Amino acid sequence: MAADALRLEGVACARGERVLFEGLDVCVAAGGIAWLRGANGQGKTTLLRTLAGLSAPIAGRISRTGVVAGWPLLYLAHANGLKDDLTAFESLRFLLRLGGHDLPAPRIDAALDRFGVADRRDAPVRTLSQGQRRRVALARLATSDAPALWLLDEPYDALDAEGSARLDAVLAAHAERGGIVVLTSHLPLAIAEPRPQLVELVGLAPVAA
Amino acid sequence: MTGAFAALFARDLRLAARRRTDALLPLAFFGVAIALFPLGVGPEPQTLRQIAPGIVWVSALLAAMLSVSQLYAADMADGSLEQLLIADRSRIGIAAAKAASHWVLTGLPLTIAAPLFGVMFDMSLPAIGALAASLLLGTPVLSLLGGLGAALTLGLRGGAVLLIVLIVPLCIPALIFGAGAVAAVDAGLSARGHFSLLGALLLFTALLSPLATAAALRIATE
Repeated sequence: MAADALRLEGVACARGERVLFEGLDVCVAAGGIAWLRGANGQGKTTLLRTLAGLSAPIAGRISRTGVVAGWPLLYLAHANGLKDDLTAFESLRFLLRLGGHDLPAPRIDAALDRFGVADRRDAPVRTLSQGQRRRVALARLATSDAPALWLLDEPYDALDAEGSARLDAVLAAHAERGGIVVLTSHLPLAIAEPRPQLVELVGLAPVAA
Repeated sequence: MTGAFAALFARDLRLAARRRTDALLPLAFFGVAIALFPLGVGPEPQTLRQIAPGIVWVSALLAAMLSVSQLYAADMADGSLEQLLIADRSRIGIAAAKAASHWVLTGLPLTIAAPLFGVMFDMSLPAIGALAASLLLGTPVLSLLGGLGAALTLGLRGGAVLLIVLIVPLCIPALIFGAGAVAAVDAGLSARGHFSLLGALLLFTALLSPLATAAALRIATE
């Protein structure tokens, strides 16, 4: 029987005509956090989009084995995916409904509270600061306790120290429940347990001396 | 797919309710465009009565095409589109919801307002009825084809003009049979053939356009 994992075998991704990386082999077991690192333009976002199924790899295989195969997938892109004219609460509820989860209002409020934006619940997203918008988008992570595959593109972007600590706690709890996180971050991760598994994306272009 | 359809349709109507002025612009354009013709053509009642169905139909077509060009652009800019694509892998629910909300916000108000302009051009009562009925059948076709154009031109500069160049030719059958139905009724003939063809056109586009739009979205976002 296959282990519960997200597995990448010899994956190569391209953006337009340019091959970003190839021969990437990674295995993230259930309960693991994978930290993608690489220089700008190395293909971190492209890899996350590929994992999310938004684009196809030019070579290699991405498979989810064991229980991971049936997990819901949650992709948080660089853009928050919130509508300026909706309130924080409405935006979050829409994203959940889209995924087929019609949660009762208290659950959504609790998720907003987890990221410290419960008091901005009824404020239109357009009036929120960048950091607050990021928190509302991240609050989606706190709406479900079910194991899932989380793909987070620079989740710490625009967050202050307090917000980053909240995110760390949510990520660690998710991993503890057996979920998988794949994230990118330019800053060192503060999560101690489980230890993030480092995935370096190395480009094909010759590095300038 | 149906869950994504319902959620997206409800959201788009809610967004339009938040921005009522923007939502009323297609209707305002429709009114202004129609009102220009008597000024240009001259106030001869007989002439105006004769060209009224064509004027109303062409104005409705242009109002629909102008308003549809931004159908996916805002969602692309704020990252909502990626979330939509992940939620509905087939993309058909998204395409259908977008076309449906565009019709409710544009085609339906135009259809309701059209009899007013019929009165303005002194059209006969049966002709006004035929005008409203033809728009009711024809405007969904415009929204469906417009949605396809919006998906095809997504992310392109000058997409709005390209959309009109690409999609208006596809709308010509709806225009011909829509305006033709009114002319037939006005001439005392039966418009049944026209309405049947409009209905067939609507079924045809309702079946195929979401599929084509889904494919166009796939190309635009990869």
